[in-house]
Amino acid sequence: MLIPCPWCGDREEVEFRYGGPVPMGYPPDPQTVDDAAWARYLYYRPNPKGALEERWVHTAGCRRWFTVTRDTVTNEITPATDGSG
Amino acid sequence: MAEPHPHPQQLWRNPEPKHSYDVVIVGAGGHGLATAYYLAKNHGIRNVAVLERGWLAGGNMARNTTVIRSNYLWDESAAIYEFSLKLWEGLSVELDYDLLFSQRGVLGLTHSEHQVREGKRRVSANQLDGIDAEWLTPEEVKAFCPIVNISPEVRYPVLGGTLQRRGGIAKHDYVAWAFARKADELGIDLIQNCEVTGFDLDGDRVIGVHTNRGLIAAGKVALCAAGHSSALAAMVGLDLPIQTYPLQALVSELLEPVLNCVVLSNDIHVYVSQAHKGELVMGAGMDAYNSYAQRGSPHVIEYQVAAALELFPIFSRVHVVRTWAGIVDVTPDASPIVGLTRIENLFINCGWGTGGFKATPAAGWTYAHTIAQGQPHPLTAPFALERFTTGALVDEHGAAAVAH
Ligand SMILES: Cc1cc2nc3c(=O)[nH]c(=O)nc-3n(C[C@H](O)[C@H](O)[C@H](O)COP(=O)(O)OP(=O)(O)OC[C@H]3O[C@@H](n4cnc5c(N)ncnc54)[C@H](O)[C@@H]3O)c2cc1C
Ligand SMILES: [Zn+2]
Repeated sequence: MLIPCPWCGDREEVEFRYGGPVPMGYPPDPQTVDDAAWARYLYYRPNPKGALEERWVHTAGCRRWFTVTRDTVTNEITPATDGSG
Repeated sequence: MAEPHPHPQQLWRNPEPKHSYDVVIVGAGGHGLATAYYLAKNHGIRNVAVLERGWLAGGNMARNTTVIRSNYLWDESAAIYEFSLKLWEGLSVELDYDLLFSQRGVLGLTHSEHQVREGKRRVSANQLDGIDAEWLTPEEVKAFCPIVNISPEVRYPVLGGTLQRRGGIAKHDYVAWAFARKADELGIDLIQNCEVTGFDLDGDRVIGVHTNRGLIAAGKVALCAAGHSSALAAMVGLDLPIQTYPLQALVSELLEPVLNCVVLSNDIHVYVSQAHKGELVMGAGMDAYNSYAQRGSPHVIEYQVAAALELFPIFSRVHVVRTWAGIVDVTPDASPIVGLTRIENLFINCGWGTGGFKATPAAGWTYAHTIAQGQPHPLTAPFALERFTTGALVDEHGAAAVAH
């Protein structure tokens, strides 16, 4: 699989590490969060059959993180719109 | 090696779906078929359909490396996997079908201090749970499996290993077909090419399923969809703490008998056994990314084969004949999710991930009980979805690791 690094271009998958689906953010005020919401933050991640927003890091290249959208059925990747991810 | 005994002429009918059933099971993998069988056999519930989007047992059931063992760390897991192993020990007779179940021993090699400690701890835990388990030194490993390279010169030398002598392998197709044949004989409809596309709800209660072959009414609906569980649950707005990944395996050409046991190595991602026909069956590591493609990346296979060759130099000229992938449903604690849901009459059985083949008979037995009684079976009660909220996880990363 070729992964488009926003800085280095298309590179082999072996140069990257997977960061998983884009997680939901850290709860702004954790003290006010109940068990169910805390469980969602800790253990639940998107797992769609189709478009998935996910993080990769170019470990064997520029070592920067970025976000792409990949189709989990076809592996087709839509590059990040902004390089910062 | 032993000739498989000729299998029966007729395995199951191919009925048209009826308009309604007492129980509809979604997914005709090992778990769905075993559940159907035990619903009829143990609970007398026979007005049951098993709906399968593709062909019977064409998912992970036909793609796994068939390792069977029960040496898990925690009491909860040891209890269900040991119950399963005991069912395996009588299953060929029970189903009147030679499943080629072979208790040739499962050797779990270790190559790091951490794994040695984990392995010894698990052997002790298993013994306290009444499960057969032994710790072997490298020399004892060599005596048990002579073709393993225990040289200290290699990159990851063998530092010892766990052995469960009652562990082994079985022929996955036969297991599926045997459950299917018996379920069919008991009157259960096995319906292939029937994809569930949605659920018919009455408030918070499920009353049927939408399929590509029309609406089918159901008293109860039981999911057994392995890698597709998140997608199905999402159809009723139910989120599951599951990630779906490709898991790959390969087979070699046919060889004379050369490997007498199952060898697993979590550190270097090797697991290998020799099937009855003579091919080496090897499992690779999981691909890193979420995927429903039933296709993995070649470098994962390359990595696996490199490690296997260091462990078994004798395999260096063996040809790989075929590689493939299944898609596995992985939970945060590497333990399954089984039980009731917040939708009345909708049950889930999923999250068995990389290791649910060995659980097939026990999963079917306990899930049938859960469906019939509307209550969790005591053996699977610890594996309810609620554990992610209460925090009572059953962390089996050490015993389950990547493999089987
Ligand atoms: C390469 C590999 C190696 C493995 N090795 C081992 C091992 O050595 N030991 C071990 O214990 N386990 C192993 N496993 C894990 C084991 O295969 C699974 O945990 C187990 O098979 C899952 O249960 P199942 O057989 O019911 O799943 P499956 O056979 O995957 O059944 C699920 C079924 O649901 C169907 N389905 C999905 N969505 C729908 C829908 N919408 N409508 C209708 N039907 C649907 C699918 O088509 C599929 O047939 C391995 C898995 C893989 C992929
Ligand atoms: Zn880069």
